[in-house]
Amino acid sequence: MSGKGFADKVRETQVWKSIFRHGPPNNARNRAAVIAGNVFLHLHPIKLKKSGVQLGYTWCMGGLTFFIFLALTVTGLLLMFYYRPTAEYAYNDIIALKEHVPLGIMREIHRWGAHAMVITVWLHMFRVFMTGSYKPPREFNWGVGVILLVLTLLLSFTGYLLPWDQLAIWAITVGSNMAKATPFLGHGGPGAALAQIGDFVMVSDKNDVRFQLLAGRFVGEPALLRFYILHCVFIPLVVGTLIAVHFWRVRKDGGISAPL
Amino acid sequence: MKEFINWMADPIRSFPVVTLLYYLMMRYYRIVGTKKFAYISLAVLLPVVVWFCTDPNFVAIILWPDNIPINIIIVLIAWLTWYSLYRCAQNDERLEQGLTPIEATPENREKVWTWPNLVYVELMCMIGTTIFLVVWAIIFKAPLEEPANPTWAPNPAKAPWYFLGLQEMLVYFDPWMAGVVLPGLIVVGLLAVPYIDTNPKGNGYFTIAERKMAMWFFMFGWLVLWIYLIIVGTFLRGPNWTFYGPFEFWDFHKVVAEYNVNLSEFVWVKWLNMPMPHNMIVREFLGIILTAVYVVVLPPLSATTKWGKKLIGDMGKVRYYIFIFLLLGMTSLPIKMVLRWLFSLKYIIALPELELSL
Repeated sequence: MSGKGFADKVRETQVWKSIFRHGPPNNARNRAAVIAGNVFLHLHPIKLKKSGVQLGYTWCMGGLTFFIFLALTVTGLLLMFYYRPTAEYAYNDIIALKEHVPLGIMREIHRWGAHAMVITVWLHMFRVFMTGSYKPPREFNWGVGVILLVLTLLLSFTGYLLPWDQLAIWAITVGSNMAKATPFLGHGGPGAALAQIGDFVMVSDKNDVRFQLLAGRFVGEPALLRFYILHCVFIPLVVGTLIAVHFWRVRKDGGISAPL
Repeated sequence: MKEFINWMADPIRSFPVVTLLYYLMMRYYRIVGTKKFAYISLAVLLPVVVWFCTDPNFVAIILWPDNIPINIIIVLIAWLTWYSLYRCAQNDERLEQGLTPIEATPENREKVWTWPNLVYVELMCMIGTTIFLVVWAIIFKAPLEEPANPTWAPNPAKAPWYFLGLQEMLVYFDPWMAGVVLPGLIVVGLLAVPYIDTNPKGNGYFTIAERKMAMWFFMFGWLVLWIYLIIVGTFLRGPNWTFYGPFEFWDFHKVVAEYNVNLSEFVWVKWLNMPMPHNMIVREFLGIILTAVYVVVLPPLSATTKWGKKLIGDMGKVRYYIFIFLLLGMTSLPIKMVLRWLFSLKYIIALPELELSL
């Protein structure tokens, strides 16, 4: 037996070398290679200022938001196998999920994870404000972050309807009733009464913003389908794109903020 | 004692108290931001929380599954607010002595390898979060109520918790303000923050002394107007959005007398002793004038003050007027709250004909 352990032998196999094209990251060259050569890790710079790795400065809330977003994507995909977004099946599918999957906690992780993501987004923003990190050159990225905050809330809000229980439809009813009051665009909002040509009412409950949101005049089956697609496909695609922009700009604007 | 706390928790009393506490916290952040202060307040608060938890009504409301995130966020925000003040106090002390902020010491400016330093921290955070979520998921089942029934509304019907601050605003504003205009202003205001705040200092380190104004306004909006209102909307609003103290049972038959009066009714009926005029513009003239003064006259007037002149000198006119407009939007909420409490004022302008009531 030579002095080599099992791990060293594995590292010398062709399979290992084909996956990791550099040696163990214990010298400068390999530490650079491990970050630059890995598609996931290369979101990071190879080196960064010490304050950028201190939890006391970063709170890690932005990173955790992304991590929770990924966890929600995975648990959400798993839930999609069990769920049909129709008034007939939606509620029963959730019941079936509870009954047929012993010890299942995917729905729990998805729901509490959604709450956790709202929390981490808020705290990330809190930290960024407290350290003045929105100041030049990061003004634009702060704006991207604000849009991501709104989209996170919308993701959570659209998902709220999907269990199709009392909590769901009434929370969405309360929320979407606000859209009714949008100035000029909601039929119960200021200015809507002015948009009238003779007898023809331009803004009514059949075409205002709430109707566009719910695909109907109340929270019914068309709203369920609409929220399902917004929740599972549309908003995640937009969020994913903006996250890419956000991370790219973190790097391009000089990495995690630090005193100038 | 419990009766007293129930009585104090009503926004009419707790809002001024919270605002005062906020003022004291920011004014004396050098004292608040010390470890000694943190330990003392923990020692005082923990027994209080334990005592609160001996009450069945209080436990019922905080352990409602969808309210758990608010408990978590209250604890996290209390801790992180203290921690920020602690870091700010430390840095401001150093800045006074002519030193750099801690983040700018040569040691902290040094560059380190991402692998293993940052990757390790990220891994630990991910593992910690995973454990936290799994434990949370095992202890608390995701709620599932009765099947959706469009013909029977639960009472209270509440929006998701992160929107309850907005729902609470509905007490003071109509939906077009509370649900559309003010949230819109919040988003626009947040987007505008980096362009309005032209102070180059405090970029990349904790400090209050070098950016007092930004801190005071933002923290007021964030802690008092956003978080405090969410707490009220979640824990203290029961059936019919009636106020219930933290130890109060949610009795559906609780009746609260409300005699809210519009400004136009004050003007015509109470002061002038006349019938309400038919023309709505004449009827609401005072409210319209006051609102116009608030939105149109106050900004240029504020620009002539010493404070306004200094700000315009710093940031220019365009930024200044956008800032003042956003600020007036933010302060409209506390103003409306105080008017409601002091005079039972319902609307400053009441134009149900146009769905335009303020």
